[in-house]
Amino acid sequence: MDSVISIKQLDKTYKSGHRALKSIDLDIKRGEIFALLGPNGAGKTTLIGVVCGLVKLTGGTVIADGHDITKDYRAARAKIGLVPQELATDMFETVWATVSFSRGLFGLAPNPAHIEKILKDLSLWDKKDNKIATLSGGMKRRVLIAKALSHEPKILFLDEPTAGVDVELRRDMWAMVGRLRDQGVTIILTTHYIEEAEEMADRIGVINKGEIILVEEKHALMKKLGQTRVTIGLKSKLDAPPDIPQKLDLSEDGETLTFTLTGEGDSEDAGVADVLKALMERKVDFKSVNTKRSSLEDIFVDLVEKKT
Amino acid sequence: MSLNLHAVRAIYMFELHRTWRTLFQSIAAPVISTSLYFIVFGSAIGSQMTTIDGVSYGAFIIPGLTLLSILTESTSNGSFGIYLPRFTGTIYELLSAPVSVAEVLLGYVGAAATKSVILGSIILLTARLFVPYEIVHPVWAALFLVMIALTFSLFGFILGVWADGFEKLQIVPLLIITPLTFLGGTFYSIKMLPEFWQTVTLFNPIVYLVNGFRWAFYGKADVNAMVSFGMTALFMLACVAAITWIFKTGYRLRS
Repeated sequence: MDSVISIKQLDKTYKSGHRALKSIDLDIKRGEIFALLGPNGAGKTTLIGVVCGLVKLTGGTVIADGHDITKDYRAARAKIGLVPQELATDMFETVWATVSFSRGLFGLAPNPAHIEKILKDLSLWDKKDNKIATLSGGMKRRVLIAKALSHEPKILFLDEPTAGVDVELRRDMWAMVGRLRDQGVTIILTTHYIEEAEEMADRIGVINKGEIILVEEKHALMKKLGQTRVTIGLKSKLDAPPDIPQKLDLSEDGETLTFTLTGEGDSEDAGVADVLKALMERKVDFKSVNTKRSSLEDIFVDLVEKKT
Repeated sequence: MSLNLHAVRAIYMFELHRTWRTLFQSIAAPVISTSLYFIVFGSAIGSQMTTIDGVSYGAFIIPGLTLLSILTESTSNGSFGIYLPRFTGTIYELLSAPVSVAEVLLGYVGAAATKSVILGSIILLTARLFVPYEIVHPVWAALFLVMIALTFSLFGFILGVWADGFEKLQIVPLLIITPLTFLGGTFYSIKMLPEFWQTVTLFNPIVYLVNGFRWAFYGKADVNAMVSFGMTALFMLACVAAITWIFKTGYRLRS
């Protein structure tokens, strides 16, 4: 596997004694979109902070695009762009000035054409001469993204990119992430919105209490842990669940049957069909069939609860 | 290891631009208040006073008054430059950038010192309108000016890293630097003091700065010029050492 970020045995203990990261091992593949999920205080932001240079690690190593982030921090950081969670911006500078500043800070010669392209991509072009203080929250978020992209990073961290962001910006952001991925940029995002991870990510990592408890391809994860709950509404009451190979649960009022299938896709559909066929053979008539596939959110809640 | 010159330039220009934006507060205000001193002490009261070491009183106070502005402005420029990003949270960008301590310092401290040197030059030119004076050792005067501006910009930077509120940023220039400058022989020769207080005064570091600078102007001072120069260099090194330690330990910037 071609890892663009390789984290080994990473440990972070804050001065307060709080151990925020516990021996983390994680590899991010080049060009993928990786979503890091976890409840508040799980260590998502600390993990990003270590890789980006905001937080000093207390143990382990992190290699970013072939460069050790401590020993060779210059080369490593030049490859990384960070969009922080907080809307931290200069207030009195113009959009153009602050984005150009970021490019210089990361060691690149001025390139107005590149800045222009970024601002246009992010619908900020007509605001380029506005002071940042006059922009709305959503626009400020765009400015932060523009700053992070100003030095053409190979790796982009988005820490809770869509927290408190309206639908339009969220769509724009997803589109932008897609474009960046097409250009070969690796994207790591943290989010509370499982929907976001489900929509965009190639792989998903779950962190809880400073430990990575799972890393999996999104589809494999859905397949492995996803469940389909099937509810069948009966035309007439039953006294006992019909005797078929699939175990069925009968509700107390005798009007509905429920069962759960694990797996994803064809095997599940076949499972539902098999049950329905078996019911018809036994002359059990039904008026409705309802299937509900568990979302990543259910899986996630399951995982975190299991571990706590 | 090559220097990230683009970063130095970016920080430096960004900081100078901030001054330009706050032109009145950064340049006009200190120039006006210093001019008032020249008018009151130099032209008005000064004409009633005797000369000190053969220098008219109005001319005598010029180096010290210029330094008063340089010291307070360097300190506050140096401290605001780095405190502001800490306060607004934009420091994340500096910490995640491929820059070394040296580059950060060159950018922030270089810009703060540049402002102070410009300010000092404007004040000296303004003073010429009120009081006729000549500079005997202009090269030394420039050297002292630049070194002192750098030292106190560095000191300000340390203050900006250390402070956890705007109050502390203002307390140090107001309650430490200004009194020490007033008591450091800005308005009088320390030879005018009783012997005991002369000795006490020698523990005030600013005495050496004021006297070194004044020596460059008039060729006369209370303290030997080379001692003054040595002390000025020492303060600068102390600030460099402190800042190196701060960044090595990540104190207050990286958690």
